[in-house]
Amino acid sequence: MGEGLGGAIDSMFNLQTWTSAIHAWLLGLVPEWAAILLECVVVALLIITLYAVFAIALIYMERKVCAFFQCRLGPNRVGKWGLLQVFSDVFKMLQKEIINMRKSDMFLHDLAPFLVVTASMLTFACLPWNKGGHIIDFNVGLFFMIAVSSIGVVGILLAGLGSNSKYPMIGSMRAGAQLISYEISIGITMLTIVALSGTMQISEIVQQQADNGWNIIRGHVPAVIAFLIYLIAGNAECNRGPFDLPEGESELTAGYHTEYSGMHFGYFYLAEYLNLFIAAGIASTIFLGGWAPLHIAGLDGFNGVMDAIPGAVWFIGKTFFVIFLLMWERWTFPRLRIDHILSLEWKYLMPLSLINLLLMALVVVFGLGINV
Amino acid sequence: MAMKLKRPKIKNIPYEEFNDNETYEKLVAELNANGVNVIVKSLDDLFDWGRSNSLWPLTFATSCCGIEFMAVCAARYDIARFGFEVTRNSPRQADVILVNGTITNKMAPVLKRLYDQMADPKYVVAIGGCAVAGGPFTKSYHVVKGVDKIIPVDVYVPGCPPRPESFLYGMMQLQRIVKAENFFGTTNRKQKDPQTLGESIESIKEVVENQQEA
Amino acid sequence: MEENKEKQIPEAAAEKAAAPAPKPAAEQPAAAAAAAAAAAKPAVAKPAPKPEVPGENEIKPRLVELDKLHDEMQRLRDEEKMDFLELITGVDWGEEGLGCVYNLWSTETGRREYVKAVCPDREEPFIPTVSDLWTIADIYEREVFDFFGVKFLGHKDMRRVFLREDWVGYPLRKDDKPEEQNPLKMENECLSDTTLQYDRAEDGSIQVKENVVFAKDDYMVNIGPQHPSTHGVLHFRVALEGERIKKMDPKLGYIHRGIEKLNESYTYPQTLALTDRMDYLGAMQSRHALCMTIEKAANIEVSDRVQVVRTIMDELQRIDSHILFFSCLCQDMGATTAFLYGFRDREKVLDIFEETCGGRLILNYNMIGGLAADIHPNFQKRVSEFIPYMRKNIREYYDIFINNVIARNRLIGVGKLSLEQVVSGGCTGPSGRASGWHNDVRKRQPYAAYGKVDFKEIVRTEGDSYARLLCRMDEIEESLNIIEQLIDNIPEGAFQTKTKPIIKVPAGKYYSCVEGSRGEFGVYLESTGDKSPYRLHYRSTGLPLVWIMDTACRGELIADMMAINGTLDYVVPDIDR
Repeated sequence: MGEGLGGAIDSMFNLQTWTSAIHAWLLGLVPEWAAILLECVVVALLIITLYAVFAIALIYMERKVCAFFQCRLGPNRVGKWGLLQVFSDVFKMLQKEIINMRKSDMFLHDLAPFLVVTASMLTFACLPWNKGGHIIDFNVGLFFMIAVSSIGVVGILLAGLGSNSKYPMIGSMRAGAQLISYEISIGITMLTIVALSGTMQISEIVQQQADNGWNIIRGHVPAVIAFLIYLIAGNAECNRGPFDLPEGESELTAGYHTEYSGMHFGYFYLAEYLNLFIAAGIASTIFLGGWAPLHIAGLDGFNGVMDAIPGAVWFIGKTFFVIFLLMWERWTFPRLRIDHILSLEWKYLMPLSLINLLLMALVVVFGLGINV
Repeated sequence: MAMKLKRPKIKNIPYEEFNDNETYEKLVAELNANGVNVIVKSLDDLFDWGRSNSLWPLTFATSCCGIEFMAVCAARYDIARFGFEVTRNSPRQADVILVNGTITNKMAPVLKRLYDQMADPKYVVAIGGCAVAGGPFTKSYHVVKGVDKIIPVDVYVPGCPPRPESFLYGMMQLQRIVKAENFFGTTNRKQKDPQTLGESIESIKEVVENQQEA
Repeated sequence: MEENKEKQIPEAAAEKAAAPAPKPAAEQPAAAAAAAAAAAKPAVAKPAPKPEVPGENEIKPRLVELDKLHDEMQRLRDEEKMDFLELITGVDWGEEGLGCVYNLWSTETGRREYVKAVCPDREEPFIPTVSDLWTIADIYEREVFDFFGVKFLGHKDMRRVFLREDWVGYPLRKDDKPEEQNPLKMENECLSDTTLQYDRAEDGSIQVKENVVFAKDDYMVNIGPQHPSTHGVLHFRVALEGERIKKMDPKLGYIHRGIEKLNESYTYPQTLALTDRMDYLGAMQSRHALCMTIEKAANIEVSDRVQVVRTIMDELQRIDSHILFFSCLCQDMGATTAFLYGFRDREKVLDIFEETCGGRLILNYNMIGGLAADIHPNFQKRVSEFIPYMRKNIREYYDIFINNVIARNRLIGVGKLSLEQVVSGGCTGPSGRASGWHNDVRKRQPYAAYGKVDFKEIVRTEGDSYARLLCRMDEIEESLNIIEQLIDNIPEGAFQTKTKPIIKVPAGKYYSCVEGSRGEFGVYLESTGDKSPYRLHYRSTGLPLVWIMDTACRGELIADMMAINGTLDYVVPDIDR
C-alpha cells in the first residue's frame, strides 16, 4: 500500500505528467507550432515573474539576516515586519531618472545591465525546480550553465568600459580578473560531480540523487571538499563579500556600477541577488540532491513522509539554506584584497580542486561511493 | 473648489503631532492648485508610497553630524527600520542627500556638483546648525551660511549635532513631503532652486490666498 | 594643582584685580551660558589671583636672525637632539612683521626649545625653510604660507593647501579682509599640477623655479573630497601605476572653518565652544587643553576634584574615540558587522557622557576654572559598570576582526613607518607609538591627575597598520585601568573656581598640550593682555598623520590605502580647523 501511495504522490509531483497533458490539450486546439510558441511565452513570463519574486524575497532576507547578525531589527515599518519594504524600493527604482552621460560610450553603457540580467536569467532557467520541472534541459546542461553564466562578466566589463570613468574601470578590471579566475574552480568542482554522476544532464544528475542518495553523501570526502570549494568560489562568483572587490565600497565608491542610476542600477542590483540564488541553486542541485527529498535508509515511514513534500519545496528549501550559509559568510568576514583573492584561487583553490577531481575519479573507478 | 487635503499617514505618529503643519499644507495646496485626476492621483499615491519608504541616503558627511549619522545607522537607532539603511556611495543611486555638517566655500562647488549628479527625484535634508544656517561659524570667512544658498533644501533639522531621534524625525517629515508629490502631470518639485526662490514664495502666497477666498 | 599652588601672588596686586566691571554672561556661547549659570550657585567662591603675572606655561622664544635660521635649526636638531618639531605657528606681529614660532621638543632629553623668526617685510615676506630638516615642516610651512603669505625659501611646494588656489589674500593677517575679497565661488576649483619654489641666489635676489607635482602621463585617481573612506571631506590626488600608488598629494581645507580667525574676535570663554567641534572624537581633551592653557596662563587654580574628573572624562573620550576608530576601520575593510559591534559599545560611553554633560558628541563640559556642572550622581556607578562590560566586549573585537586571518593579511606589514619617519613627521599618539616612539604626553609631561595614576605607555615596534590597531586596542584597556583607579577616589571639592566675569590673560606667549585621542593636542596662545586672544593656534593631532600618508602609501596597493588611513585615524575638521 505504501508503494501505491508513494507512486501516486510521485506521479502527482512529477511535473512532466502535467506539462504533457497541457501540451496534448493544446494540440487539440491549435497547430503544433502555435502550441509551442504559446508554451514558450507562458514559460518565459513564468521565469521573469519567478526571477522578480525571488530577487525581492532575497533582498528582504538579506536585509533581515544582516540585521540579525548586527544586533539590529532591520526593516519593520513598511507592512507587517517590513514585508513590503522591497516592493516600495522597486516602485521607487522604476521611476528613478536614468542619467546619460555625455562622455560615456552610450551603447555599451546601456547594453551592460541587460547583458548581466540576461546571463543570470538564462542560468536561472537551467535550475531543476521539480521532477520534470526543467525549463532548459539537455545532455550538456551543466556545460551550458557555466557558459551562459560567463556572459555576466562581459556585462560587468562593458559597464566599466562604457562608463568612461576611473572607479568603474578599476572595478570592472578587478571583476574580470576575479570572475574568470573563480570560474575555473567552479568548473572543476562541477566536473567532480560530473565524474561521479557520469552525465552532464541536470535532470539526470538529480534523478540519480533521488534514486541513490545525495551526491554529498555518495561522494563523501571528495564531494564535501568540492562543496566547500564551491561555497567559497560561488560567493566570489557573485561578487559578494568578502569578495565584493569589484564594488569595494570603501575604495571604489560603488565599483563598476558607480555611474548607473535608476533601473539600470536596479538590474545590477537584481542580478547580484539572483546570482546568489543561482549559485545556491546549483549547489543544492549538484550536491544536495536538488528536488530529491531526504531519505534515510531503513526508515521507510520517515521516507514516506518526506516524499509527501513536493520537490519544489525541497529545492527551494535547500537553496535558501545554502543562501543563508553564503550570507553568514558575507556578514562575518572583512573584504579581501585583490592580490589575496587571486592567490587564494590560483595557489590554493584550483590545485586543491584538481587533486579533488583526481580523488573523485579514484572513488568512482574503485566503486568507493556510498549508495543509499 | 477647495480640495480637501489628503493627510499623509506616518506610522505611529498622528498628523497633529508633527511640527510646522502650516508649511506643509501650503506646500500641498501649491502642488494641487490645478486639481488632479483621480486615476492619475491614485497611481501617484502608489509611487509616492514607494518613494517615501525607500529614501536611500548618500553617504555624505563633512563633520560632527556625520558621526551622529553613523550612530543613526547603527544598532541602537537603526535607520534600517524605515528602509533607509541602503546608503549609497555613488550619488547616481541615492535619493536623498543628508548634508551632515558645515559646508565651506571650498566645499560648496563640490556639494553642488554632487547634488547635480544625483538622479531625480532627489531630496535634500540640511542636518545640524551649520548646514541650516552656518551654526557657530556664521561669522567665519570660509563658511556658507546655510546650504539653501546653494541647493534647494526640503527639510531642516537643527541641532549641534541633532540627536539621532531628530534625524529620524527629519526623515519622517521628508516622507510626508514625498507623499504629497505628483509624479504624473503637474508640478513635481516643491522646493525651488535658490535662484528662483523669490518667485516661488510669491506664487505660494497667491495660491494660498486663492484657496482662502474659495 | 600642585604647580599653581606654588605661585604666591602679592596681596597688593590682588586688590587691584577687583577693578573690571562685571559683565553679564551674555558673551559666553549659548550652550555654555546656561550650564554656567546653573553651575555658579553651588561653586565655592575662591577669588582668582591677579592675572598680571604670566603663568608657568609661558614660553619665551629666542629670536634668530633670518639668515642664520637654517643653520641654527640644523644645530638644534643635530647637536641638541631636538628631533621633534612640535609646531610652527605663524603670527602677524603687525609693525614688527610676519613670522613664525617654532616649538621643538627633544625625545631624548625631554628639553623644550622655542625659536622665533620674524620677517619685517610685509609685502614680500621670505623666511628660510626647515622642511629639509623635519618632514612635518613641509605642511606647517605651507599652512603659514596659506594664511599669512610668508614664502619659505627652498621649500619645494609653495601651493595653497587649505584655501582655494584662486583665493585672494591671506586671511589670518590682521589687516586682511577675506570676506570682501572672496565671495562664494560656485565654479569648480582648478588644481594645478605644478608648483613654485623660491630660492635666494648668491647675489641676494629671489629666484623662482617651477616644480612638477604630477606629470602629464600619470594615471590620476581622485580619492575624495566626497569619498566613503576618507573619514570626512579630504581630497587625495593619487597617481597610480596599475593598482600601486606612485604618489599622493593631499588637498585639505574642505572643512576649513576659520576657527583660528574667529577666536581672535571671541572672548576666552567663547573660544571654548569651538574646540569641541574640531576633533569631535577628542572633544573633552581639546577643550581640556584650551582650558588648561588659559588657566595656567591666567593663574586660575582648579580643584583636585576637577582635575580627577577631567582625567576620567579624557580617558572615556579616548575609549569612545578608539572604539569608533575600530568601527570605521572595520567598515573600510568591509567588515560591516564588526562596525556595528563597535557602535553598540560606543553608545554605552555616550550614555555616560549624556547623563553628566547633556550632549552625546559635542560635550561642552570643561570650563575655564572647572567644569560646566558637577558629575551626575549616577556617574560613578555607571562608569564602574562600564569597565567590566568593556573588558568583556573587547574580546569580541578580537574574535570578529582583529584575529581574523583576512584582516591580519591585510594589515600586517602594510603601511610600515619607521621610527625616524614618525619622529620627523611628528606623528604623535598611538600612530607614532606603534613605531616605537615614546611620545605619550601623559607620561612625558604629566598634567591633571595623570601624575597620580599608574599606567603603562603602550608602545610597539612593528610600525605597520596592525601594530597601530593593536596599540589602540591596548590603550582602551589601559584607559579602563586609569579610570578604575580614579573612579572611586574622586576627591570632594568645588567643581568650579570662581573666575572674574571677564577673563584676561597677561601679555605673553603660552603653550600647553595634552594627549588627545590621536596624538598630542597643543594650544599656542598669544595674548596682549586683552579679553580676546591675539593669536590662538592649535597643534592639530591629525595634520601630521595626513601628511605622512604619502610616505606610508607609496608602493602599496590602492586597497591598502584604506587600511593605512583607517589605522592612522585622523579627524578631518581637526586638521582643517
